[in-house]
Amino acid sequence: MQNTTIKQHLMKAFQQNMRLDGRGLEEFRKIEVELDISKTAEGSARVKIGDTEVLAGVKMIISNPFPDTPEDGAIMINAEFLPMASARFESGPPGIESIELARIVDRGLRESKAIDVKKLCIKKGEKVWAVSVDIITMNDDGNLLDAAALATILAVKHTRYPSFDGIEVDYKELTDTPLEITKIPITVTVCKTGSYIFVDPVSEEESNIDARLTVTTMQDGNICALQKGGSMPLSLKDISTMVDLAAKKAEELRELVK
Amino acid sequence: MGYSQRLDGRKLDELRPIEAKAGVIKNADGSAFFRIGKTSAYAAVYGPRELYPKFMQDPSKGILRCNYSMMPFSGIGERVRPGPNRRAREISLVTEKALAPVVELGEFPNAVIDVFIELPQTDAGSRCAGICAASMALADAGIPMKDLVAAVSVGKVHDKILVDLDYNEEAYEDGPVADIPIALVPSTQEISLLQMDGEISKEELMQALELGRTVIPQIIEIQKKALKEKYAIKDDQ
Repeated sequence: MQNTTIKQHLMKAFQQNMRLDGRGLEEFRKIEVELDISKTAEGSARVKIGDTEVLAGVKMIISNPFPDTPEDGAIMINAEFLPMASARFESGPPGIESIELARIVDRGLRESKAIDVKKLCIKKGEKVWAVSVDIITMNDDGNLLDAAALATILAVKHTRYPSFDGIEVDYKELTDTPLEITKIPITVTVCKTGSYIFVDPVSEEESNIDARLTVTTMQDGNICALQKGGSMPLSLKDISTMVDLAAKKAEELRELVK
Repeated sequence: MGYSQRLDGRKLDELRPIEAKAGVIKNADGSAFFRIGKTSAYAAVYGPRELYPKFMQDPSKGILRCNYSMMPFSGIGERVRPGPNRRAREISLVTEKALAPVVELGEFPNAVIDVFIELPQTDAGSRCAGICAASMALADAGIPMKDLVAAVSVGKVHDKILVDLDYNEEAYEDGPVADIPIALVPSTQEISLLQMDGEISKEELMQALELGRTVIPQIIEIQKKALKEKYAIKDDQ
């Protein structure tokens, strides 16, 4: 819900290059990452950005390839906005917010080619591995998107294959073989309210955004996925500024995925 | 030859290592984390808040609504499909019944207290871990309660009565297994959760319940300590 009074208040602070919590416009909150938070997942991670907390867990699943891509494994990303994480979220089938988030994270991972889907092939046309990532929100204080994407790449990067004898998977035995990751896509969402551009919104800022641009970049600075959100359009100049800022911040976040 | 040595080396009346923390989810009115062995549970309480649709309201007392849910990657084995299934709905129901006796619902007519329980990893005993976390979360939310509730599974593996079965013990194949999750209200010594599957004699059942009663106070102490820690005045502040 947009609130004119809060929005005016936010803009006033932005004018002085400040945020409600004292940060600068281009500054993230403190980020904490933790690996292997679930022993039942083949890879998992927790990311906290300020008071926002997200978990990601990977299950490696044997599945049938699509008929048109008989040699390609699958990547599946799902997000659950738990009612635990915010009074705003309700139980029930995934809402549009969680669908959009999952699809943005999915595109970032898929299009970066971080996972070589050919290497997930077990038997052409018959059996492939599917990398299934579930993103779980634990507490929402804004910027679930960047937290979810970061948790996802961390969990995927630390995934190991379960034992597989050709017929059955033994999930109780993880092998030493890691899921191979060749690139690290990093997702940063840049927000715009009025004429002000900033990153890592808290909930109050997020609900007063005019537009946002989620940019996934790779090590070489190239972009592999984009998503514009919010109700206001963006000028080319805005887009240029926002992409530059996203790439700059991605450099910082990339340090956490070493 | 009986079950002479537990698979993970514990004594018969020994719980797996427990970790408890209160106040882990900032947006919630109360919350807690509870881990026993490799089974972890988060619980978050929202409310008391107005209950909709209105016809569900009870003008004489508040409603306690629990929702137990396993995260998709929390099962031993394949991915668990998210969303409520029959098992999760039944566990949610018995969790409500386990906790309701200690919650002063009479103080909140027409309201609902929502308890969300989420498990990131499980190794048996997940409903009990959920109840332990939920009980702490309710206390953390400041909901008036007569007592804390703690839960653990007791049971039988082959020829031994023991507490806190893990997955390997539940799946033991060389003899009969009985798995009996129980919850205890310490002040009255009454049992508010009781389920069982497997095979056991009546004498052994009573023996198992008695063992549960002697062990559960250890869990209550850990829950209380975690709750006190949250409100402790830290030296560096």
